[in-house]
Amino acid sequence: MRIFAIVKRILAELLRDKRSLALMLLAPILIMWLMNIMFSANSDTKIKLAAVDVPQIVQKNLEKTSDVSIVEYSSQTVAKEKLQENKIDALIVYREKANTYNVTYTNTDATKTALTKQALNVALTKEKITGLSQAIQKLEVIINNINPTSTKSLFVTAGNKTKINSYYKYGNSDTNFFNKIVPILMGFFVFFFVFLISGMALLRERTSGTLDRLLATPVKRSEIVFGYLISYGMVSIVQTTIIVLATIWLLKIEVVGSILSIILISVLLAMVALAFGILMSTLAGSEFQMMQFIPLVVVPQIFFSGIIPLDSMATWVQYIGKVLPLTYTGDALTKIIMYGDGLNQLIGDIIALLIFLLVLVALNVVGLKRYRKV
Amino acid sequence: MKYVVYLKQIRKKFDKQVVLREINLVVKKGEILGLIGPSGAGKSTVIKTMLGMEKADGGEAFILATTMPNRKILGRIGYMAQSDALYETLSAKANLEFFAKMKGISKEQLTNEITHVARIVDLSTSLNRRVSEYSGGMKRRLSLAIALLGSPELLILDEPTVGIDPALRKKIWQELGILRDAGTSILITTHVMSEAELTDRVALLLHGNIIADDSPQNLEKQYAVESIEEVFLKAEESEELR
Repeated sequence: MRIFAIVKRILAELLRDKRSLALMLLAPILIMWLMNIMFSANSDTKIKLAAVDVPQIVQKNLEKTSDVSIVEYSSQTVAKEKLQENKIDALIVYREKANTYNVTYTNTDATKTALTKQALNVALTKEKITGLSQAIQKLEVIINNINPTSTKSLFVTAGNKTKINSYYKYGNSDTNFFNKIVPILMGFFVFFFVFLISGMALLRERTSGTLDRLLATPVKRSEIVFGYLISYGMVSIVQTTIIVLATIWLLKIEVVGSILSIILISVLLAMVALAFGILMSTLAGSEFQMMQFIPLVVVPQIFFSGIIPLDSMATWVQYIGKVLPLTYTGDALTKIIMYGDGLNQLIGDIIALLIFLLVLVALNVVGLKRYRKV
Repeated sequence: MKYVVYLKQIRKKFDKQVVLREINLVVKKGEILGLIGPSGAGKSTVIKTMLGMEKADGGEAFILATTMPNRKILGRIGYMAQSDALYETLSAKANLEFFAKMKGISKEQLTNEITHVARIVDLSTSLNRRVSEYSGGMKRRLSLAIALLGSPELLILDEPTVGIDPALRKKIWQELGILRDAGTSILITTHVMSEAELTDRVALLLHGNIIADDSPQNLEKQYAVESIEEVFLKAEESEELR
């Protein structure tokens, strides 16, 4: 069988190229480790506020809010200078006559602005509640004086604090945006790494002239395509497994479903990436052109595959997402990781990926006609 | 059909540039045809059309009585390209084995074939070395050995003796002579005019036309010169004047 001879040759070549092999298998781990450092870094935002003429009670309430520190200034001019120098994040000025708070934000960091707004709102609400409860206490005294027995219980229960207990179906209180994008990112890295390598593979065969020599034998074009798919497929199974396990363990992702399902879906995506890479290397004229294809193919996958929710966008934007394989992998992986879906519940995504694979393989066989007409 | 190669009024253009105007060319059984022409004359295109890698815009190409492009017939052709086209990280033996399998040589014959072609190109003792350790000349010889696998009826050799030292070059020509006498047809392109003298027939390719096609001796007589090199220069000159 010619296919197996091709598979054997490609694998032999890969095994000889120790450096590429090491890069292929270690680079994903390194990237995942870097991501781990990035996202586990302390991301708490701390804000520093300046207050001018702000009532003591509001200031105290603000200070009680975590990550907020407050400095009181007697004059606005000094405080404004501090704001100018970026020493503080916002300046709160209270005008007693108009009962108005004027807040000036540096607004260089939207998160800080939002946090300041929130903190101030909370502080003012608390102030109101304190005022209210004081009024109630006074009311209580008055009512008790009128009728000492009938209404007492009412005010006692109102004074009790309501407690909230939180339970999480997925993850814990630290679960954030990052956990939502991890399944999609994982798919993205699988696609990216496999695409990169397979794109170069056939290209090297072409530039060295061996493809011409190969095509000068009675080998079928489909035998070459399948030879590449099988050999690089074997490598990409190893690579994909490494990426998946590294992501789950290094980033401590809670997986509700089965890891095996994750690997299976990822391997399917890897095969699509492989077929895609081979097709691109058929179209590219040189290594340089291949490099230019990479952002063209890879970047839209990040934008339109679900990292940013597309539901609210124009219909045509949503259609772009539908023709990108990563959309389906992202969906499937999210369902496995977060909802614990089994493969039988993900048939739609699997069929979509298989269609991608079939179409790309067919295009590859036809695409090789460029180098031999039969 | 008695011709091994029969190109009939082959025309080929890439985009708007005409590469082959009208090529008529035959290679008979058991002869060595030298295809000679300056770079860019269209030698490689002629070869690619013969192998079915390109399809002619007009005319017909027959190889071993089969219309090209045809995949199966490629098993009976040995092809050696201008570039070495070898898998550098693999051993010479692995290269030979791979291409032998691609040509459809059976497992039983595989070892015999490899020993046979390695002996012809004098690489028997260094078959287990990696190609990347080979010298330029050795790579050329290995490339030729691959073309010889499976005793093809037609050999298409694109500049086979570039970078090969004179002693080995002589040996290779001797071997080509033996193959020819055994009935193999050989089409060879070359820049070395002294080599053209060793062929049975020379076809001069210029500006997409075959401007002369005869035995070296007849051509020299026709142009009243001493060597093929002068034939080439004279033919080119008269073509420019036209």
